[in-house]
Amino acid sequence: MAKVLLKGCEAIGEAAVRAGALRYFAYPITPQSEVAEYLVRRMPEVGGVFLQAESEVAASNMIFGAASTGERVFTTSSSPGISLMSEALSYIAAAELPCVFVNVVRNGPGLGGILPSQGDYLQATRGGGHGDYKLLVLAPSTVQETVEHIMLAFELADQYRNPIMVMADGLIGQMMEPVDFSAAPKPNPPDKSSWATTGAKGRKPHLIKTLFLSPQLGEEHNRKLAAKYDKMRANEVRYEAYNLDEPRKVVMVAFGTTARVCKTAVDALKKEGIEIGLFRPITLFPYPYKPLRDIAERNEMRHLLVVEMNMGQMIEDVRLATSDRKPITFYGRQGGIVPSPEEVVEEIRKLL
Amino acid sequence: MACKIIFDRPESMTETITHYCPGCTHGVIHRLVAEILDELGLRERAVGVAPVGCSVLAYNYFNCDFLEAAHGRAPAFATGLKRTRPDLIIFTYQGDGDLASIGIAEIIHAANRGEKFTTIFVNNAIYGMTGGQMAPTTLPGQVTTTSPFGRDVANVGYPMRMRELLSALRTPAYIARVAVHTPRHIIEAKKAVRKAFTYQNEGRCFSMVEFLSTCPTNWGMTPVEATQWVQDNMVPYFPLGELKTPEEEQDAD
Amino acid sequence: MQIEVKFAGFGGQGIMSAGKFLAEAGLEEGKEVVWIPSYGPEMRGGTAYCTVVVSEQPIGSPIINNPTHLVVMNRPSLEKFAPTIQPNGIIIINSSLIPITSERTDVTEILIPCNQIAIELNNTRGANMVALGAYVACSKVVSLEVLEKIIRQEFAKKPKFIEGNVAALKRGAEVASQEMEKAK
Ligand SMILES: Cc1ncc(C[n+]2csc(CCOP(=O)(O)OP(=O)(O)O)c2C)c(N)n1
Ligand code: SF4
Ligand SMILES: [Mg+2]
Repeated sequence: MAKVLLKGCEAIGEAAVRAGALRYFAYPITPQSEVAEYLVRRMPEVGGVFLQAESEVAASNMIFGAASTGERVFTTSSSPGISLMSEALSYIAAAELPCVFVNVVRNGPGLGGILPSQGDYLQATRGGGHGDYKLLVLAPSTVQETVEHIMLAFELADQYRNPIMVMADGLIGQMMEPVDFSAAPKPNPPDKSSWATTGAKGRKPHLIKTLFLSPQLGEEHNRKLAAKYDKMRANEVRYEAYNLDEPRKVVMVAFGTTARVCKTAVDALKKEGIEIGLFRPITLFPYPYKPLRDIAERNEMRHLLVVEMNMGQMIEDVRLATSDRKPITFYGRQGGIVPSPEEVVEEIRKLL
Repeated sequence: MACKIIFDRPESMTETITHYCPGCTHGVIHRLVAEILDELGLRERAVGVAPVGCSVLAYNYFNCDFLEAAHGRAPAFATGLKRTRPDLIIFTYQGDGDLASIGIAEIIHAANRGEKFTTIFVNNAIYGMTGGQMAPTTLPGQVTTTSPFGRDVANVGYPMRMRELLSALRTPAYIARVAVHTPRHIIEAKKAVRKAFTYQNEGRCFSMVEFLSTCPTNWGMTPVEATQWVQDNMVPYFPLGELKTPEEEQDAD
Repeated sequence: MQIEVKFAGFGGQGIMSAGKFLAEAGLEEGKEVVWIPSYGPEMRGGTAYCTVVVSEQPIGSPIINNPTHLVVMNRPSLEKFAPTIQPNGIIIINSSLIPITSERTDVTEILIPCNQIAIELNNTRGANMVALGAYVACSKVVSLEVLEKIIRQEFAKKPKFIEGNVAALKRGAEVASQEMEKAK
């Protein structure tokens, strides 16, 4: 199939449909209400379900209920809505149910604004809800990659029986780019009959719960979850190294839309004969600590520049990755302002 | 001949030009509340609680203290305020998404506890601010961006009548529904607002005035068509008038 | 080569769809494209703008502070964006509603009375297509034929709008070509 021009939000909806996720529950919030507005028409065509919930608390708990049947289910929201979904995320992770949450991040905290931001990095990677749980977090930087991540997210959700978060931002949600669905894998969900609550006909009843009153059982459950997160750390790290085939004096670290801006900065400086590297984490959890450490430990590497659309969140992971052995400078914008390539180039010049 | 000013901006309103779309009746409702705050001499004790919705910026237009609540939570904010400082005059100003969808638990419990604040509930049958999605009050068959084929009551239920729902609670309260699409309706509406704030000022009961309001932008109508639509479609489904007053004898059970 | 064009005007002038049609045409020609809307709070204030990037290479930053080209449909947009355009760029001005020029000497500036032309064509809402046709004639970012094809596709469900919009597009291109000749 040829490429089609789609708004990020529509692409998110279509990608989910093509991944076989035909149950969608959501509550409107800018800048991602277009996902619902797309799916309210699309779902009936494919025999799917869209329901507008009364709140994000309800939408996310509808996801919990729907996921327990083993069907592929998902919701989308934006920052203040995701805060309300944190309760469900903690419960769903504890109950080990596969599902996908998409956060089209806007600027905060509080009501903030509707413009793009990356201010939910720590919420997504450290858990906004309570308890020892982790989300696997994917951070696309183009509409095409968002589509790929949505499809991958459903595979990973099934594989790990864990909620997966795709973290985009308002710009990705609102802009249009060509999307190619031709490489989309055929959805191939595993058999979930060993745990799904679909009626106990001819088998023992299944129970999905998160209450562990016995300390021993509670700890055992947490160990099981931790082992799963370790497996993600071992197998699911994804990143892109741009212009890093050779050691660079200055390496930028950025994800999502910001990484795209940084790429343009790398290209602009290349034209002047200045070579800068860019390291782009694609999974925010599990974070690519080791690959980043390897790059930072090259002798030639003098300085890291972390660029984010927040006041400095991922920088904590960069410091963990590099154990503060090389100087790190931070450049961030907030309030819905996306850093421009020119600003990033200026920041790099200061370091050269 | 000396000129006499017979119409002026209420002291409880600022001079800021509102951001509301042409023909939107949020502005009329703001003015009625401001006039009553003036007439009852409440402005200096008044604290408003803004919702999340088109009227989130209400604080730019009211010349009194204001807070901005999280989406739907204004009645909880107001409860906290009033229980801490019962001498203050507290009002929430909320849309239908804010009050009847995400914040329905807060409003029901505040009303049921008989919290002594006033809620101005602006029912325009749609989510204005986010671009026209279906609200709990969207009428059967009404087209919105999330009900593009018209609200299907078999799938999502009937529009919620919040005046009726809250009036069913046993706790005494003042609950009325008014409209502002004609001058006659505006005069009636003002009487209800006056009563609501008076009951609060006397420490009597929870009070809510539900306004039928227009959203020409998201209804896809001219302002004139929108006022006609209120009369033809909203008023029949959402009957006007008081449904509950604290004077009523409560049914014993 | 990367072309970045900002379309700007009042909400309701068809700014967003003019940009979208251009992006569709670029895609049809096998180029890389991005369409970036303004969706901030200023939308309520009445201004609308979008930026379209058309390139032979994968497109990096979707944030474009200094576009190469500008198409403006109202005066506030000209005042706001004209200073940001790159030297040697193109500015198309809707002279029906904009009585001034950018006063820049380092760009090609073409004045097109878009609303007047649309009215002459009996298509009062077609000023955006006049501007789009004019812009494509000046910039040659995509071919007019492909753009026409896109318009026919986009309005397939509302066929009564097709011919009027195609006529507006072509007329805009014609007038712009004449203006370019004069400027030489
Ligand atoms: C937690 C949360 N969810 C969703 C939103 C997005 N949102 C903003 S206003 C609104 C609804 C507005 O509708 P209504 O309350 O009817 O007010 P109106 O604009 O119609 O006056 C929504 C869903 C939000 N700001 N916060
Ligand atoms: S969108 Fe609707 S409710 Fe909001 S200001 Fe405009 S008309 Fe009023
Ligand atoms: Mg409303």
